Amino acid sequence: MRLIIRSDYNEVSEYIATYVKDRIIEFNPTHERPFVLGLPTGSSPIGLYKNLVKFHRNGELSFKHVVTFNMDEYVGLPRDHPESYHSFMWHHLFKHIDIDPNNVNILNGNAEDLSEECAKFEEKMKEVGGVELFIGGIGPDGHIAFNEPGSSLMSRTRVKTLAYDTILANSRFFDNDINKVPRMALTVGVGTVMDAREVAIIITGAHKAFALAKCIEEGVNFMFTVSAIQLHPKALIVCDEDATLELHVKTVKYFKSIEHVIKNLIGAENVGLQGNVKKYPSPEVTPTREAFYNLPFKR
Amino acid sequence: MPFQFSDKTRQNRNSRLIKIVNGRIVRDHTIINDDVLYIYDGKIIDPQKHFFTCGNSPDVVINAKGLLIAPGYIDMQINGAFGVDFSVWKGEKQMKEGLDKVAKGLVKYGCTSFVPTIVSSPKEIYHQVLPLLKPRKGNKDNGAEVLGVHVEGPFITPSQLGAHEESCLQTATNGFNDFIDIYGLHELKDHAIKIITVAPDVEGVLDSLKELINSGITVSIGHSSATISQAESAVEKGARCITHLFNAMQQFHHRDPGVVGLLGTTHIARPFYGIICDGIHVHPNSVKIAYDSHPKGAILITDAMAAMGLPPGEYTLGGISVRKSGNEKVEVIDNGKLAGSVISIDACVKNFKKFTGCSMIEAIEAATLHPAELLGIQNVKGTLNVGADADFVFLDDDLNVVKCFIAGEEISIS
Repeated sequence: MRLIIRSDYNEVSEYIATYVKDRIIEFNPTHERPFVLGLPTGSSPIGLYKNLVKFHRNGELSFKHVVTFNMDEYVGLPRDHPESYHSFMWHHLFKHIDIDPNNVNILNGNAEDLSEECAKFEEKMKEVGGVELFIGGIGPDGHIAFNEPGSSLMSRTRVKTLAYDTILANSRFFDNDINKVPRMALTVGVGTVMDAREVAIIITGAHKAFALAKCIEEGVNFMFTVSAIQLHPKALIVCDEDATLELHVKTVKYFKSIEHVIKNLIGAENVGLQGNVKKYPSPEVTPTREAFYNLPFKR
Repeated sequence: MPFQFSDKTRQNRNSRLIKIVNGRIVRDHTIINDDVLYIYDGKIIDPQKHFFTCGNSPDVVINAKGLLIAPGYIDMQINGAFGVDFSVWKGEKQMKEGLDKVAKGLVKYGCTSFVPTIVSSPKEIYHQVLPLLKPRKGNKDNGAEVLGVHVEGPFITPSQLGAHEESCLQTATNGFNDFIDIYGLHELKDHAIKIITVAPDVEGVLDSLKELINSGITVSIGHSSATISQAESAVEKGARCITHLFNAMQQFHHRDPGVVGLLGTTHIARPFYGIICDGIHVHPNSVKIAYDSHPKGAILITDAMAAMGLPPGEYTLGGISVRKSGNEKVEVIDNGKLAGSVISIDACVKNFKKFTGCSMIEAIEAATLHPAELLGIQNVKGTLNVGADADFVFLDDDLNVVKCFIAGEEISIS
């Protein structure tokens, strides 16, 4: 797992947006072989989407051959309700870019047969060749998508009842009236997300620090479903300094040192986009203890 | 599977899906950044709904480059322009050509809908002209939309005739039948009249208001010496507008406010008021006073006549000889009275903002939303809401018209 630490939300957003852009460009998607991207909603990805829109407006990034799958959607909320996840994705991303509407997949919370809707969603992911990169956020209780504490780590797309914490947290979008918040949602499962070839989680803010610590410094535990990434071969977490507040100092220093080694000792040009070392130059200078830990730096 | 448009529908140029990005949209009394417009088949459609339902990408993406996007301007009082006079009959062919000339010529001023106006005229003129000025859709071929006709007179007060011909004026001693007779309203359901200017102090007018309104005509008070109580009676009976406020009516007097006094009515909703903002017909300070007292009632009109868009010289207005001088004043040659204006609607919008100190949005709404509300068409005209006709303009921050679109198609104005 790679843990990339940046100073604040804006830097985190820039990092992950640049990463997504570079991944798509490197992949060079076509109609027959599109880039399949899994996407979240909430406050974590807003900066990511702003930056992606900026790249698109600059002409640096086209979404023509990108297929997207969103993580979740409320049950029973009209699709054009301002708080539906369809509306969120439209306003924050889709209306600004050149994505083909047929390539956009969001669960339909008003489907007649919700289970069938979930099964079809999973089927569609298989049809397009599986998800190349699934981006997610994390709840304060360590959940990914709507996989609340207690969700099976091998779960698939299904209907979930929302935890009380989640309903409280979401009431701010529904006139602060918890009675207006939907009680159920369709969500991808933990297993669905982990099936992606790469998983990237955005974790920012001090209120997420405890969840982050539980997810990477303790065991795989379905009470903190993001902890499942410990078993993923290609996981990436991008977080800000505040989110590291509950981590051990040693953990933070270790992950920061990896970036330092890559930048200063191996050379960024010798490392692939996904962290694979392509060429290891012979060390001319033995790195001192200070050199190892003398940070920060930028990508 | 999302609905797919077949290739057949794409062949008609109106069936292209147009997306407009990077514009600052004037909507809901504010400027909305960061939103997009979807136009299909000459209408503004809901982009989010279309995206998630219809599954096709836009055929054309237009970059508004940060300009303001406003509804197209509506001019509800215009007697002619570019040498064309709607009150003069030269034959059917000339009237049709004249209408086309005006409809196409107005586009460069950002005017996407207008109401051709006929001044007090003999019966024959109405019978000949009215059938040719029926509502006509605006588009790339036709130019601006014709909303119907404004008949200004002949049921007006002789003492306030302005530049009208006195011999054409009349009373309504026979009530509504006089209206039917002079305008040829025998085919009531299919007539072209959208607005009528009448004087409540003329005999028979007040009693005819109800039937006029039932015929689908919007009643406006003008060319009148009505007292405040006569004017308020007219409003109580359904008159909803004042024709060119301050002009062709008694001066405001503090004990006898007259028609102008309607701005101070409290027991009933105050009417809209058309106002000419060329700085000549109404002093800028007077415009501000009217605006301050009733900002939501302001409707910008040009009251333009044939000489609009033409160089200084002598022209006619309803058969009367007038002179357009270099300073943009138009006066009746015989008596020097002000006779219509030569201002364009976009200049009115700029002047209104300058004279009153109002916001850009209020200035734009006075030429879009308010006239649409008066005519009861605010769901399709004067707005950029979903379902509206795709008549809109790109404006810069000085309210200059940069581009004009009618029914979703750009009309060249260079």
